[in-house]
Amino acid sequence: MPIDILMPALSPTMEEGKLAKWLKAEGDTVSAGDVIAEIETDKATMEVEAVDEGTLGKILIAEGTDAVKVNEKIAILLGEGEDASALDGASSSEPAEAPSAPAEAKSEPTPVAAAPTPQAPAPESAEDPEVPEGTAMKSSTVREALRDAMAEEMRRDGDVFVMGEEVAEYQGAYKITQGLLDEFGAKRVVDTPITEHGFAGLGVGAAMAGLMPIVEFMTFNFAMQAIDQIINSAAKTLYMSGGQMGAPIVFRGPNGAAARVGAQHSQDYASWYAHVPGLKVIQPYSAADAKGLLKAAIRDPNPVIFLENEILYGHSFEIPDMDDFVLPIGKAKIERAGTDITLVSWGIGMTYTLKAAEELAGMGISAEVINLRTIRPLDIDTVLASVRKTGRVVTIEEAFPMCSVSSEIAYQVQEQAFDYLDAPILRVTGKDVPMPYAANLEKLALPNVQEVIDAAKAVTYTS
Amino acid sequence: MAASSKTSAGTRTKSASSRSRSAARNAAPAIIEFDKDQELHAYREMLLIRRFEEKAGQLYGMGLIGGFCHLYIGQEAVVIGMQMAKVDGDQMITAYRDHGHMLAMGLDPKGVMAELTGRRGGLSKGKGGSMHMFSKEKDFYGGHGIVGAQVSLGTGLGFANKYRENGNVSMTFFGDGASNQGQVYESFNMAELWKLPVIYVIENNKYGMGTSVERSSSMTDLSQRGASFGIPGEKVDGMDVRAVMAASQKALEWCREGKGPYILEMVTYRYRGHSMSDPAKYRSKDEVQKMRTEHDPIEQVRKRLLDNKWATEDELKGIDKDVRAAVAESAEFAQTDPEPDPSELYTDILL
Repeated sequence: MPIDILMPALSPTMEEGKLAKWLKAEGDTVSAGDVIAEIETDKATMEVEAVDEGTLGKILIAEGTDAVKVNEKIAILLGEGEDASALDGASSSEPAEAPSAPAEAKSEPTPVAAAPTPQAPAPESAEDPEVPEGTAMKSSTVREALRDAMAEEMRRDGDVFVMGEEVAEYQGAYKITQGLLDEFGAKRVVDTPITEHGFAGLGVGAAMAGLMPIVEFMTFNFAMQAIDQIINSAAKTLYMSGGQMGAPIVFRGPNGAAARVGAQHSQDYASWYAHVPGLKVIQPYSAADAKGLLKAAIRDPNPVIFLENEILYGHSFEIPDMDDFVLPIGKAKIERAGTDITLVSWGIGMTYTLKAAEELAGMGISAEVINLRTIRPLDIDTVLASVRKTGRVVTIEEAFPMCSVSSEIAYQVQEQAFDYLDAPILRVTGKDVPMPYAANLEKLALPNVQEVIDAAKAVTYTS
Repeated sequence: MAASSKTSAGTRTKSASSRSRSAARNAAPAIIEFDKDQELHAYREMLLIRRFEEKAGQLYGMGLIGGFCHLYIGQEAVVIGMQMAKVDGDQMITAYRDHGHMLAMGLDPKGVMAELTGRRGGLSKGKGGSMHMFSKEKDFYGGHGIVGAQVSLGTGLGFANKYRENGNVSMTFFGDGASNQGQVYESFNMAELWKLPVIYVIENNKYGMGTSVERSSSMTDLSQRGASFGIPGEKVDGMDVRAVMAASQKALEWCREGKGPYILEMVTYRYRGHSMSDPAKYRSKDEVQKMRTEHDPIEQVRKRLLDNKWATEDELKGIDKDVRAAVAESAEFAQTDPEPDPSELYTDILL
């Protein structure tokens, strides 16, 4: 059978091109790989190589022809033992329809393509675990809770290990990994060089091979060096592999402003990571959040971004004294019930929010305070249920306002509870400036309790 | 791109001649002689990659393969020589010029080709494409689109091997272009510091897209890129499958003995452009033709098979026919297999 040579597409966007030159004449022998013609696309002149062997039987499109459509027949190749008589009936010089499925395959790929657009599945959310009656509560700092979570999970599963700068012999730059080296040894508590991009990628590779790394960034500001590996490698591999392999890894460390460390060390990355499908993003507030959610994050088979806060490390909270306290990822917590207004916050934003709620109570405004705990997947249902009750929402966070987590909450609330709103949604955020160093300016750049109170008063129309 | 290719034309002849000199000087002395079975195996496996890639180029030309498509033609001896030296459990990871690696790791050409056409029977269910394919079963870890990223990931595979004490080695491939990425050196440092079993295989095909090694690299002997970390390196004739296998055996042994990483610079050549849409005006036709006629990895094996009377022309034709049939079958499957079900849009994002 003679073989049709078709006008090739030579770039992702090419639809037609000029057949600039034939380098083989009718009757010439052609081997696979021989350059047979030159084609001009809108970008460049490209060589066309033969794929099959044979004799060039007939040229159908003369050189110099413009606007030859992709997949148009340009020549006919005769196979071994065929002569020109095989051309009879096999062709005419008119541009024939593309002979086989290919050309059509592009325009109408398959029957199923016409099916309705699929809907994203709703995230499942579990409830907090039952804390058995009579369970004692113990006081723990966020720092201790994080360490205990890692230690418990490392005891449970030998594939869990922690790596990062100063995590082992120095016992952690912020002492989160204190004592882990002694208990688990240098194989599982790994001091890395100062090389975020490299060790983040190494961690993802180890996770792809089935280990469960906890990668500590000394701060998430430094993870900017590594963000390609977090997003392009960790978050996308499961999808790109059709579900064959992903990265069960936790990236954790302090995030956001500490105190007086200036612009490069004071940024909240929650919305950056929350933007990306394939990641889970957690931002705990209390020691219980920290412990229960870090344990969940380590067990989770997906890449999890765990955004801590340096200022909260030293804060103490009550934690249920249980053997295995694990919280569900993706479930918000109502920290304080109320009826007049919904205050939504997470992480260190909760410190302003709870103080403001207390003061608002004194003014006769009953605020319901929601601690999101997880940013992605976002537990919007808990927020909506509250908004349907109160009709008013203020969000509180330290991050920049533009494209913030607050922006997303406001969008989803207006979309799903528009008729319940009695006032515009307000947000209290960090100011839209790089973090200044001067004490007074830094204070101005961050949110404060008064701003939360003012916003709450504004949406409740209280003077 | 077109403008820069014009300006580089004047330097073409000079750089081409200096390159061929250096290729000759750096031919690895260590070559193991293959027996008949090894030659036939290498011939068949390399031919499969060549024919597969030619077919992929054809399907791209027909609009059946979209986006970017980077062909491996000319470099076949690198992956097959390494394949012949490795043992089960050793991993491969590479960048986006990955079709040859997958075939070398024993993946079904149908699954690879169907991924190129974005069909549900593709290795990644049609969701990865030419640049992003994986097989946990065959220890192939991708298929990565970001130049250099696979080097840190491959180092992580080596870390996992050491952690598990499984004796396996991560064969981490990257090109001369990627060898200038910063994370490569971050990875070298950790790999040597922690004695990780990783072979860094630098496939030096002389051009990172359109920029020659001489124009991009202050030190062009890429085998010595690990020198400041104490990682031994070797330049290998990557067009000779026997040289590749010999060097790979040595490097694998080094890694398995717990001595840390090893660098193999495979001096090779890609016949086609960087991707299907690259007119390759930055090099001369003569340069390409010279490599094809004098150094072709498959022709070398073919000649030895005939010279040693280990195969007749007819027998080799028979192998070619079998290979073509397998490739044709993969192309047929890649065109008839349906696209993914729309419901796949939202699967495999999280576990």
